[in-house]
Amino acid sequence: MSTDLPRSPSPAAPSAPDARGPAVPAVSWESVSRSFSGVPVLRRVTLQAYAGRVLALVGENGAGKSTLMNILGGHVPAESGALRLGGLPYAPRTPHDARAAGIAFVHQELNLFANLTVAENLHLHDFPRRAGLPWIDRAAMRARAAALLGQVGLHLAPDTPLDRLSTGERQLVEIARALGTAARVLILDEPTTSLSTRERERLFTLLATLRDRGLALVYISHDLEDVLRLADDVAVLRDGEVVAHGRAADFTGHRLVSLMIGRQVTQLYPARRDPPERASADRPDELGVPRLEVRGVSEPGIVRDITFTLHRGELLGLFGLMGAGRSELARILFGVYSAASGAIRMDGRPLAGGPRARVRRGMAFVTDDRRHDGLCLDASVTDNIMLATLAACCRTPARLVHAERVRATVRRIREAVRLSRAAEERQAVRTLSGGNQQKVVLARWLLAKPQVLILDEPTRGVDVGARAEIYRLVRDLADSGAGILVISSEIEELIGLCDRILVMRQGELSGELARDAFDRARLLAAALPATAAAATGAHS
Amino acid sequence: MTRDPSPIVLRLLNLTPVLLLGVVLLLFGLQSNRFLSGEHLSGLLAQAAPLLVVATGMTFVLLTGGVDLSVGAVMFVGAALAGRLALDGHSLAFCAAVMLGVGLAGGLVNALLVTRLRLVAFVATLATLYIGRGLGRWISETRALNLPDDFNALASTTWLHVPVPVWIAGTITVAAQAVLSGTPFGRRLYAVGADREAARKAGFDTGRLLAAVYVICGGCAGLGGVLALAQLGAVSPRFGELYEFDAITAAVLGGTSLFGGRGRVLPGTVVGAVLLKTIFSGLVMAHANPYAYALITSAIIFVAVLLDSLRHRVLRGLARRVIRLEPAGQRDA
Repeated sequence: MSTDLPRSPSPAAPSAPDARGPAVPAVSWESVSRSFSGVPVLRRVTLQAYAGRVLALVGENGAGKSTLMNILGGHVPAESGALRLGGLPYAPRTPHDARAAGIAFVHQELNLFANLTVAENLHLHDFPRRAGLPWIDRAAMRARAAALLGQVGLHLAPDTPLDRLSTGERQLVEIARALGTAARVLILDEPTTSLSTRERERLFTLLATLRDRGLALVYISHDLEDVLRLADDVAVLRDGEVVAHGRAADFTGHRLVSLMIGRQVTQLYPARRDPPERASADRPDELGVPRLEVRGVSEPGIVRDITFTLHRGELLGLFGLMGAGRSELARILFGVYSAASGAIRMDGRPLAGGPRARVRRGMAFVTDDRRHDGLCLDASVTDNIMLATLAACCRTPARLVHAERVRATVRRIREAVRLSRAAEERQAVRTLSGGNQQKVVLARWLLAKPQVLILDEPTRGVDVGARAEIYRLVRDLADSGAGILVISSEIEELIGLCDRILVMRQGELSGELARDAFDRARLLAAALPATAAAATGAHS
Repeated sequence: MTRDPSPIVLRLLNLTPVLLLGVVLLLFGLQSNRFLSGEHLSGLLAQAAPLLVVATGMTFVLLTGGVDLSVGAVMFVGAALAGRLALDGHSLAFCAAVMLGVGLAGGLVNALLVTRLRLVAFVATLATLYIGRGLGRWISETRALNLPDDFNALASTTWLHVPVPVWIAGTITVAAQAVLSGTPFGRRLYAVGADREAARKAGFDTGRLLAAVYVICGGCAGLGGVLALAQLGAVSPRFGELYEFDAITAAVLGGTSLFGGRGRVLPGTVVGAVLLKTIFSGLVMAHANPYAYALITSAIIFVAVLLDSLRHRVLRGLARRVIRLEPAGQRDA
């Protein structure tokens, strides 16, 4: 973790909003408390957000940030305490109430509908109607949609079906939707997780404009660099309490981290025990049979001629921009998607069949989409952890589940991944925070003792403390001889963690860097489309 | 490197009901030259009218990812009540209004069970199915009630050479499609069907919307009951039995997904309902073995569900994004 992050001026350079500092906060939480199944999540939180200012909310996963915002957004009621909106009492019972009160919410997970068009998605809550008729005024809807899309810098036809959009584009649509409401307060929960650097820059410019227009912005993010850049005020939550609240200028990245976790993070990335010398591809005997050999894998329209080798004990990074085909490649390796040609060998033997056959061979895959592919959200923590290895906990003849053995296994593995103590084993995974959900997924696959582990964006939406733990677990697994492929959009993460990094661009491998040659600029240059590389190569 | 966004497979799957209808018409037409006569086709449509109306209501429910198993029972309660009232000398219009009212009331009960008590639609409407069948038998005292002739007249009257039931069914289906594709309510149905949780977060009242859907379905069942009663001229204890499955089959055959969020009334459900009725009418005309009917029905349901499942799989496959060159630049138009 870098120590001091200087606060760079916001793109629109606001003219000291503190000068006209309004006396009445746009939103104030007054001693708000809330608990879930007996576990307190918020303890007497008192906090204010002002019009014309950006309040950044930081904290570890499960610190209560999302719950605090969900209370404001009408998704969960507060148990005690009160909310005030522009000085007036405010108690929303539904998201509908909150919207009517002028609160717009950009959720971390996308709430869009693939079976509708972009324009329809933008207007679900207030379709423009023909005067006096119940019918939708399509022309007006299209025009308004085009204007909103223009604001977020998305240039596509409003009638495009949403299912043609990439994740990053969808995130921008979600933000455009919030802009469409006559909001006084805009809440953004991790809005940049799927955005490219360029899209992110555009979003920040837009947020600065909105702030200057007098909106109160609440910005939740784990990206502390973004937070310090964008925020006027910062509030740090820890275990449901506000541990610090003040001007952004008074904080540094380092201080934020210490406040968030209540201790110093000395080292985010674990030390490598013996830096393996991977350059010796022509001496495979020294490394033993490779864990994974991928040779000329192609699928029309998806990936082309992918060839690489994953060695024993190796942490191999896969970098690329959103939509470069990394997640698709991971799914091909795991047998979820088929490939038209090419060969994959694991431990020297050809790999065939679907995910089931591959799990049997010792492969595991942690997807980038926890909500849909990674977890059974309504099932319990225990059920989700045991999903891949329940058979190991069965009594032999009748194959009945050995309840005591399951309990012991879950207890052991949750210690190992340091799952939050607040998470009950019988609790539905849906109610856990994003970081704890990710730990549940990891716990499941660690139990399977995989020989090859594919991690797709393993720390998306995960806080710093949990990150360090995930990195440590992954490193330990590699040190025990497994081969690990880590897909990530964060260059720092790959550089800190991996032994070697591959770069993907438009469905092809476009670069490979050994550890001593790791370099941000070179990685980025290999990832950017050839034409754009010259223009943006040096950026960030 | 872009791939065709709606591949031929999907288009073929969407066209299958229409193609099937063409094949079936052709096959039966070859067997008997009377089959394709204007008179017979108009009779066919008139016969299909009750199903068209009920299946239209069912489409609304299916779009939200729910199901209404009680439509046949609701038709029966209305018909039994109307039969008793008609025998007591009440007018046709009054009886029809009562049937419609019973339908709406039944729909309201389902709506309350699903939205207020949060019951799963399948279970809630299964309960109202049994309640309805029981009530109907009680009201009719398990006897067949023969109705005055003016009921039958409703079915045979024509206006501009088209039977009145066809006018009614036509109006209902066109209006329904207009609501689905042109009103905020209609578009929100699709959102609720795709992801109910996300719809709730989108900030519109999903409870009221779901309730409205069951009331609409009940109302359609009531009106469909009027048309069916006019056709038969009598209320038997088995009136409306298994009608829910005909309605679901018609809707699903026409492309409405059991998974929710996809489907249309026009042409979808209309083609499905007409196809279903054409097959049975053709079998009757061809003097097919009556024992074969159940087998053929099962085959149709199988095809309908298979098509739905295939379509669902193709759509999921499409969700796999194509790796494109430069998304922003490519679509600037």
